[in-house]
Amino acid sequence: MNSPAPNPETKGTFVTDAALKRLKKRHAAETRFKFYGQFAIAIAVLALIALLVSIISQASSAFQRNMLVFDITLNAEDVAPNGTDDPDAIARNVSGFNLLLQDSLRDQFLPEDADASETRQLFGLFTRLAVLPVAKKTAAHVDMVGTQQTVSVALADDIDLYLKGGVTERKSIDLGQVASARGAIGDGIYVSLAPGTDTSALAEAIGGFQEQSLDDSAPTTLIGIGNTWYSVTGFSSNEIALAYLAGARVAPDPSQGIRALVLAQAEANRTVSDRQIAWTMLLKDEGRIRKAFNSTLFTNADSTYPELAGTAAAIVGSLLTMLVTALLAIPVGIFAAVYLEEFAPKNRMTDLIEVNINNLAAVPSIVFGLLGAAVFINFFGMPRSVPLVGGLVLGLLVLPTVIIASRAALKSVPPSIRTAALGVGASKTQSVFHHVLPLAAPGILTGSIIGMARALGETAPLLLIGMVAFVAEVPDGPTDESTVLPVLIYKWSTGAERAWEPQTAAAIIVLLVFLVLMNLIAIILRRRFERRW
Amino acid sequence: MDGNVEDFVETARNKQALNMAEMTKVDCRHIDVFYDEKQAIYDISMEIQDRAVTAFIGPSGCGKSTFLRCINRMNDTIESASVKGQIIMDGADINDPSIDPVLLRSRVGMVFQKPNPFPKSIYDNIAYGPRIHGLAAGKSELDEIVESSLRKAGLWEEVKDRLAAPGTSLSGGQQQRLCIARAIAVSPEVILMDEPCSALDPIATARIEELIDELRERYCIVIVTHSMQQAARVSQRTAFFHLGKLVEYGDTERIFTNPEDSRTQDYITGRFG
Repeated sequence: MNSPAPNPETKGTFVTDAALKRLKKRHAAETRFKFYGQFAIAIAVLALIALLVSIISQASSAFQRNMLVFDITLNAEDVAPNGTDDPDAIARNVSGFNLLLQDSLRDQFLPEDADASETRQLFGLFTRLAVLPVAKKTAAHVDMVGTQQTVSVALADDIDLYLKGGVTERKSIDLGQVASARGAIGDGIYVSLAPGTDTSALAEAIGGFQEQSLDDSAPTTLIGIGNTWYSVTGFSSNEIALAYLAGARVAPDPSQGIRALVLAQAEANRTVSDRQIAWTMLLKDEGRIRKAFNSTLFTNADSTYPELAGTAAAIVGSLLTMLVTALLAIPVGIFAAVYLEEFAPKNRMTDLIEVNINNLAAVPSIVFGLLGAAVFINFFGMPRSVPLVGGLVLGLLVLPTVIIASRAALKSVPPSIRTAALGVGASKTQSVFHHVLPLAAPGILTGSIIGMARALGETAPLLLIGMVAFVAEVPDGPTDESTVLPVLIYKWSTGAERAWEPQTAAAIIVLLVFLVLMNLIAIILRRRFERRW
Repeated sequence: MDGNVEDFVETARNKQALNMAEMTKVDCRHIDVFYDEKQAIYDISMEIQDRAVTAFIGPSGCGKSTFLRCINRMNDTIESASVKGQIIMDGADINDPSIDPVLLRSRVGMVFQKPNPFPKSIYDNIAYGPRIHGLAAGKSELDEIVESSLRKAGLWEEVKDRLAAPGTSLSGGQQQRLCIARAIAVSPEVILMDEPCSALDPIATARIEELIDELRERYCIVIVTHSMQQAARVSQRTAFFHLGKLVEYGDTERIFTNPEDSRTQDYITGRFG
């Protein structure tokens, strides 16, 4: 392609028209193939970018979460029923802390005679177990008991999702000022807007959402005046009929600011009720909802509540499993490869072994899971769901990969090195361990780590040996019940709540970070080994 | 059995100590070599002299390298190869099962066609042999062996300041001399050279040839070469191989000036080969 076309003026006798034509054809073919190659690379890069963008954009919301802040006195009778000298009792006293915080919310938002449904909705702002970190913190600093403290708990997943823009589409519209108001909180309030207020935006939002609605249910309109929220019960020509929802029980005054919040979906179609939204707005106005880094994702074990679920147990489980896998697959794989490549006689027997190893590398991973269940659990009676068994199964799974990669690395060591070593009187073993193996080490290492990376992402065989169990505790050792990252991802991805979606993406990112770290280690080790020469 | 091995080593060390001049170092009797079914060497008998350079010449595929490799049992490493016949060295048959090839190779060093230094430092290249054979008691002794080997190979002046540099960083000729030094370092009695100059330019070749001439005073050297001039320049005895058979063997001068066999005559004068 780069060679210039021959100048017809100066062409010699050997540059015939036919030859030039052929040349042109060849150059065209070359250009074509270059284009195919670039096209293929472009597709690969695009696929990678699409993958990363979709995962990161989904996961980004999981790395931050909204916390509900309380300024509260930790009364001893509530949080430390057995006295402050027993931190364990405080740490376990989830109910006490829960009641304390729930009461604080009820005192603020609900009247004495509130019905059970309202109370349930209010208490649904956070889950009972979310107070656990507060309890643990208090247990660690018992002098906190009896003092005024600022504590924060994770909001329930639906509320969190709503604050992050999920649950339902919405529009916030400023309606200027209240012109006049009549009625009472208990019976219904009628407000009229200041003359000349432009309400077209409100009408447009309601109309738009109504059109989008799948079941013809009307969108919800909430109205906030001062510290009180109302739901709209009807519009008349010059008045809006309102029903009290939450907040201060005072009737609106003229000239107070008024704003509307239009929600695309009717209350029945949402997981968050009108009241919960109103309370959330009030808490937000108070500055009691704070965004924080979601450290739970890395410090907690699995949970049935998305806002409390973390990857810690799966990370530790994956590490333990990888440890067992590495201890089995790498030494056995390397020694098998060394024997087959350097010592074994080349006969029908070794040919058979070689063919079988190659076939083994292509066996579906779930088959190894069945084998693990049958041999390790049923026959040897090992416990289910433990990293030891998982590691052994994955070790068998990656063994062929390690053997094949190690053999390729050994094969690539020039034979002159072997003859040189033998020539100065080294024995076969010395020539292998002093010269061949160190030269093959970078390749063996790369192969082993690729095998380990495959094991790290493997799900199917672990399902069969019971590592899909719900594990709420970080495992202490390889014989503790445990789960691993890919299985956790699988489980989270099947969760019913919407909040599992970003959570799953976040767990995928954790897994990818793991893989990148492993590859990084492989590169560093390879560099180090190569530098010795 | 064990007594045999010890005697083998004992005699060798004694002879070296006494600096005994002996005419025949390696006595090959009726050697046949087979690669599977195919016979590569047919009934070759020859006596190789000590303190002399013996050149093996002959056309490609005539079996001279195969025969050379019999002398340090390198053919053992080729699975399909089998060797028949006796090779007597210092009164012991080296093909006897009681002789460990590792022990033999410490007495019969080898230099290969392509320079093949270990991908390690120059120092480690030389020190490897003495280390595995336990020839040096300490670091200072090892340093001495490295220095004297490099001096004997004529490489010391060029590399003494960079012993830690990798052996592969040297030029081709230097690498080959490094390989010779490596072979010398285990204090062998016989050095086998399989076309040691075929990958080198004429200047490097000249240096190696000079070196071979110097080494002749201490070692029994066998060299396989494709260059007739080289054989004439460096060797005292020449053996001409053809199709797996030893055609003619005698003093180099006589082989090149007055060959008895017509095939030798034809090969030397360049009529085939």
